[in-house]
Amino acid sequence: MRRNGPLALIFHAIFVIVMVAPILVVCLVAFTPEGFLSLPTNGFSLRWFRTIANYPEFIHAFWVSLGLGALSSLVALVFAVPAALAIARYRFRGRDALAALFLSPLMIPHVVLGIAFLRFFTSAGLGGSFAALIIAHVIIVFPFALRLTLAAATGMDRSVEMAAVSLGAGGWTLFRRVTLPLILPGVISGWALAFIQSFDDLTMTVFLAAPGTETLPVRMFLYIQDNIDPLVTSVSACVIAITMTALILLDRFYGLDRVLAGKGDTGR
Amino acid sequence: MSAVAEERSLRAPWALTAPALMLFVGVLLIPLAMTVMLSFHDWGQYKGIEPVFILKNWHEIATDPYYAEMFWRTFRIAILTTLLTALLGAPEAYILNRMSGRWKSFFLLVILGPLLISVVARTLGWALLFGGNNGLVNKLLMSLGVMRSPIPFMFTETGMVIALAHVMMPFMVLSVWAALQRLDPQIENAAMSLGAGPATIIRRIIMPQIMPGVLSGAIIVFSLSASAFATPAIIGGRRLKVAATLAYDEFLNTLNWPLGAAVATLLLAALVLIVVGSNALIERRYAEVFR
Repeated sequence: MRRNGPLALIFHAIFVIVMVAPILVVCLVAFTPEGFLSLPTNGFSLRWFRTIANYPEFIHAFWVSLGLGALSSLVALVFAVPAALAIARYRFRGRDALAALFLSPLMIPHVVLGIAFLRFFTSAGLGGSFAALIIAHVIIVFPFALRLTLAAATGMDRSVEMAAVSLGAGGWTLFRRVTLPLILPGVISGWALAFIQSFDDLTMTVFLAAPGTETLPVRMFLYIQDNIDPLVTSVSACVIAITMTALILLDRFYGLDRVLAGKGDTGR
Repeated sequence: MSAVAEERSLRAPWALTAPALMLFVGVLLIPLAMTVMLSFHDWGQYKGIEPVFILKNWHEIATDPYYAEMFWRTFRIAILTTLLTALLGAPEAYILNRMSGRWKSFFLLVILGPLLISVVARTLGWALLFGGNNGLVNKLLMSLGVMRSPIPFMFTETGMVIALAHVMMPFMVLSVWAALQRLDPQIENAAMSLGAGPATIIRRIIMPQIMPGVLSGAIIVFSLSASAFATPAIIGGRRLKVAATLAYDEFLNTLNWPLGAAVATLLLAALVLIVVGSNALIERRYAEVFR
């Protein structure tokens, strides 16, 4: 294969700089020692990271996001693992329709989902509750949990299971001792990707969150609507750091290209 | 297979998918149906929502030019964003694909990684870069001599398109990248050995083969841009409304839920039609690629 010419490399360099610039600028501004938005020119300071401690609503929102992401991804897996096993192993009538239904939250705009859930949970008397947030997040992260579990279950070697069956294992034991350990990397990656999706969701959650159940993205969004100051950049820098950590773990555990390849199919 | 085993294999998939199916019917399909019904309800400042069947909201959207303008702006921004990501993302995917192993995976990570970083944080970055007349982008463009006087990016459609294109770019690169993986490098070499120049190779060999990838990337980018919320809300401010931010306002500020539900239903219906329609077109046009 031929090499890239100089023009192509210049294009590539500009492209990469533009892709990274907004993220980099947020992280840089977060370290400003000034009381206003500026790139740190006279020294770095952790001042705005310390200021976060004076805003309990950000701290509270962080814990809400963390709990919501962890719990909803777990619940989604409880539903997604059996469904993935069924779709991977059986050819049955309605299989394609079921798979399409389970992946449909990727296709439905989150603003529509937010409205639908707001209407639904308000009339069910759960408006603004943490329970409503969990259920709504289970739906939006379900496709990611399903997809990675499905990939693991499809690629799994069935002969180990057959051996276990021939030795008398059945039902729950078979699942717990043989099947689950074999698909575990897919399940854990599914959980991690689902967690990131839940942790980052703004559009749907902004409709459902009430004071007390505001997630971090919602809190940040409402704050930015009023004014943009270095405080929100330091909060963003923390969020970016958390996501990067999860990203690196995902990459080590599963391979980021495989995770993202699943995400690229969303529109199909 | 015995009759018992056969019956088990018929029932097993349904038993395994039943919990998820019930969850989806109960808390996805029913709420969506309720939203469509809500769009036909009446609403008044003092009486609130009245569960009657009227076409008032739909009539208002169809006749008030405000909504036509808003939907036209939404789709204009989505189309421009799609074009920008295709024009820049497709060549970048091609360049990436020609890099050697280690650089390739490094830059792929750099370009695709932002996909998982909070949209609020990424848009905040653009708000900082744009920031008024003496924002970094304006300073840079003026010092490079691209333009004389600063142009406004915040609270404009230009700014929205740039920030949205940045948010959506990974989807386009990923989609073209996937198409490039199916491409046989030997065809390129064959064309070269037959005397084709680089321009001819790109136009006659590469373009036709990655076009399905560009188009399916375009569908993803378009549908996500047309329903985007965070970026238009932060860059566009309170005046420059798109469908998602208007629905948000109707629901959480004006509290006219039926009207907001009608806007959301229309957005969903338009997107489903566009996505399904163009998918069908692409699959017919490029049937041989998908086989």
